[in-house]
Amino acid sequence: MNLLAASIAMVAISGLPGALLSKNGKAGQWLATLLCTAGSLCGLMAVGSWFARGVELELRMPWPLVPQADFHVGLDGLSALFLAPIYLISLLGSIYGLSYWRQADHPDNGRKLGLFYGLCAAGMALLVVARNSVVFLLGWETMAVSAFFMVAAEDDQPPVAEAGWLYLASAHAAVIVLFGLFATLWALTGSFDWPAPGSLSPAAANVVFLLALVGFGFKAGIMPLHFWLPSAHANAPSHVSALMSGVLIKMGVYGLVRTFSFLPSPPLWWGGLLMALGVASGIIGLAFAIGQTDFKRLLAYSSIENVGIICIGVGLALLGRSVDRSDWVALGMGGALWHVCNHALFKSLLFYSAGSVLHAVETREINELGGLARRMPWTAFCFLAGAAAVCGLPPLNGFVSEFAIYVGLFGTLGIPEGSGLRLPGASLAAPGLALIGALAVACYATAYGGIFLGSPRSARGEHAHEPPPTMLAPMLLLVACCLFVGLAPSCVAPAIDRAVSCWAAAAPERASLQSELAPLAQQLPLGWLSATGLALAGLLAVGGAALGLRMKPGRVAASSTWGCGYAAPNARMQYGASSFSEILVGLFRWALRPHSRRPAIVDLFPQAAAFESRVDDSVLERLIMPAMRWLGSRVLLLRVLQQGNVRVYLFYIFAALLLLLVWPH
Amino acid sequence: MQVAIHVLTVILAPLLLRGVINKTKAWFAGRVGPPLLQPYYDVIRLLQKDSVISTTTTWIFRAGPAVSLAAVLLAAMLLPFGRETAPASFAGDVFLFVYLLALGRFFLALAALDTGSAFEGMGATRELSFAVLAEPALFFGFLVTARLSHSLSLSQMLGESFDQHWQTGGASLVLVLVSWFIVLLAENSRIPFDDPNTHLELTMIHEVMVLDHSGPALGMILYGAAVKLFLFCALIVQLLLPFDTGYALLNWLCFLGGTAVLAVFIGTIESTMARLRMTEVPRLLITACVLSAFGIILLPR
Repeated sequence: MNLLAASIAMVAISGLPGALLSKNGKAGQWLATLLCTAGSLCGLMAVGSWFARGVELELRMPWPLVPQADFHVGLDGLSALFLAPIYLISLLGSIYGLSYWRQADHPDNGRKLGLFYGLCAAGMALLVVARNSVVFLLGWETMAVSAFFMVAAEDDQPPVAEAGWLYLASAHAAVIVLFGLFATLWALTGSFDWPAPGSLSPAAANVVFLLALVGFGFKAGIMPLHFWLPSAHANAPSHVSALMSGVLIKMGVYGLVRTFSFLPSPPLWWGGLLMALGVASGIIGLAFAIGQTDFKRLLAYSSIENVGIICIGVGLALLGRSVDRSDWVALGMGGALWHVCNHALFKSLLFYSAGSVLHAVETREINELGGLARRMPWTAFCFLAGAAAVCGLPPLNGFVSEFAIYVGLFGTLGIPEGSGLRLPGASLAAPGLALIGALAVACYATAYGGIFLGSPRSARGEHAHEPPPTMLAPMLLLVACCLFVGLAPSCVAPAIDRAVSCWAAAAPERASLQSELAPLAQQLPLGWLSATGLALAGLLAVGGAALGLRMKPGRVAASSTWGCGYAAPNARMQYGASSFSEILVGLFRWALRPHSRRPAIVDLFPQAAAFESRVDDSVLERLIMPAMRWLGSRVLLLRVLQQGNVRVYLFYIFAALLLLLVWPH
Repeated sequence: MQVAIHVLTVILAPLLLRGVINKTKAWFAGRVGPPLLQPYYDVIRLLQKDSVISTTTTWIFRAGPAVSLAAVLLAAMLLPFGRETAPASFAGDVFLFVYLLALGRFFLALAALDTGSAFEGMGATRELSFAVLAEPALFFGFLVTARLSHSLSLSQMLGESFDQHWQTGGASLVLVLVSWFIVLLAENSRIPFDDPNTHLELTMIHEVMVLDHSGPALGMILYGAAVKLFLFCALIVQLLLPFDTGYALLNWLCFLGGTAVLAVFIGTIESTMARLRMTEVPRLLITACVLSAFGIILLPR
């Protein structure tokens, strides 16, 4: 616990010395990275030694700041599992940031970024070890507010400032709901500590469930509460996007999972609702991703999809508690938590690779890129590994967690007698997950093709170069992690089991649930997955070697691409991001509401014409903004109260005091 | 022994299936047609040739055919043929099967995009977009067979003692059969989705993706496509011919005969139907999804 406390403190203050140093010097940033690295390593060691020993740790001490609550933190399986990616990604991100956001290149905001980067990471670490709502909210607000300053790092640019305000507004909308949630819990139990299992009545539990779903759903980016996420992730510096997408939105998932752990006997509709939301987030999130031409926005929408997959797993686990099936709990929650970790690995990898591209070409527009694989082969390789992992393709890590969820979903086909479930409705999420998988393949193949393959569509790509080693090393390390988890899932499974059994232990309705949980290694053929992964690698090696021999330099003639008879093809004629997405965007037109302007043919001889198509966020544009504008116009009526005259305000104070005096107690 | 026969089948049978389809089409057209073994000659000759490679491409262009072939071959080791268990069989291998096919598709599409040709991009995006609709149809069918067999392993879902499932869930299985047949035609780019013999690049799906591959790489792609077609045929034959004759040899002959008859049927469809307009393709695939989804509703409780 001491090591953990020291690590949180070190990460929290990592940016402080730098903030006091000169804005053009190198020292501040190096110091911040050093502190953050040391702190994160301490944290990783603490988590590692906890997993090795496995005694639950708790620390409670009186807190002069808040009289009614103690400072109460603890470490159990669930907290430890979420802590590991927090430390790993903040460590890699701060190293990556050394070259990506050099202090010398960004004298105005570099120090600010360094300060809030450490605060944000420390806030997240604090909130996952919190054992009462006051400490939790302290960590949560630190995280949310520091993330705002990082998103708005370049707030002199209008789109960045706009994204920052949108983020701040929705983050606080979420916090208001969370205050409601914790106030309700306080009113029910009379304490700020996490309620004891079984102390809530079912009716109160419903209220708590809905409040948690909305409050934490905002942060996790569950549709339709995702609208802040794409612009925030796209406009933040890339190592911050990686931290936000890989770890920060998972804090919403952590909140949901933690809250569900102390809610009694979940009714069927909780799990059903969560699964439906998960499938919808997955499918629609990817449909939005496919429509994007900005590659960082595309990655952001794909995070919404992955949160959807996680929700499917959590929903399955809740259903398992409702109908008393320990295997659904193990596979659903196990798959979901495993996907949380996997997503932290491959989405950070993707954002780092995207950052390298952005660093080299200074545009996020896929339609201006192409052919970067020739100039940045290592970045191209890393992005490809991340893309294959996020699509859930074997033998990488994404496949393992989706596999667990699939097995769990197919398990719902055998319905227990008298459980009240008539149709195997939950199993219908499996084809939904298959649809998500196929959409992801289409999305990432076209994005990768647009950025890295073919020939450059504009002059921007011509001067592209590989990033420096401090950026490349974190990416390669993440590729290795993805491969390791994919090829040797049995090494990671015990940690997931610990977290699942910790979650189930708190489940109040039946004490024996925890003892019935079989470890994932018994429920999933992890050995077979490793074996087939290795077999695939072996086949590839043999096939590649054979093809390499057959295509030796002497036996290959170079030529230009076959233009199908057209004599003068040029790079602009390649299929672009909008052309790739046309079929699928058309299929999802009802949800995406794409804007497109097509030229009309009026004359016999065609005139110069322009075509434009764009997929904006339809929820933000058609739902949230009109509602906010309406609200804004109503609130204007209150302006008659704002006279700007001191005497009037004095009168308000007098009237308020008078009212309080006569108010009957 | 079983494993050896399985591997030999995967190596030898797929190209023959192509030969049967071509022979059927030739017969309908009143031609003699190429010899039954012509696809073998083609692939062997291609493997011996030198290659021409576009200067736009990178290593991904060369890796595409190798990865897609490796993925399809590994998938072939998961599917049972006849009444025998597959060489690799475990609970959940069905998901690996589908995702291996996706891996192959992903890399083949990337290899196509690597050439920078507008036509190949067109083919890649069509192949990927149509697969989006085909995959749920496949999964609805797997839900039905998993429910009937109480298993998550292809060898039990489609292999042994499958004939009892026709008595309990016949109606569902008929729907799944029709749906999977549509998926077969779509995933393997057969008429009415795509015409493998067309000459206009604008209307192609699969063929246009591999325009720039030549020599051994093209040979690998042709062979990989043949294996994929064979796997889908095997899926359907496993559903359709669940009888156990009691003799291992007879079971194998039954299975191989079944795939041959299915190949003749595909050839007949190709000879008697025109291809659909590209905009109609998603509708047919959605029909396939809905059909197999109905299969779940009709399942006995």
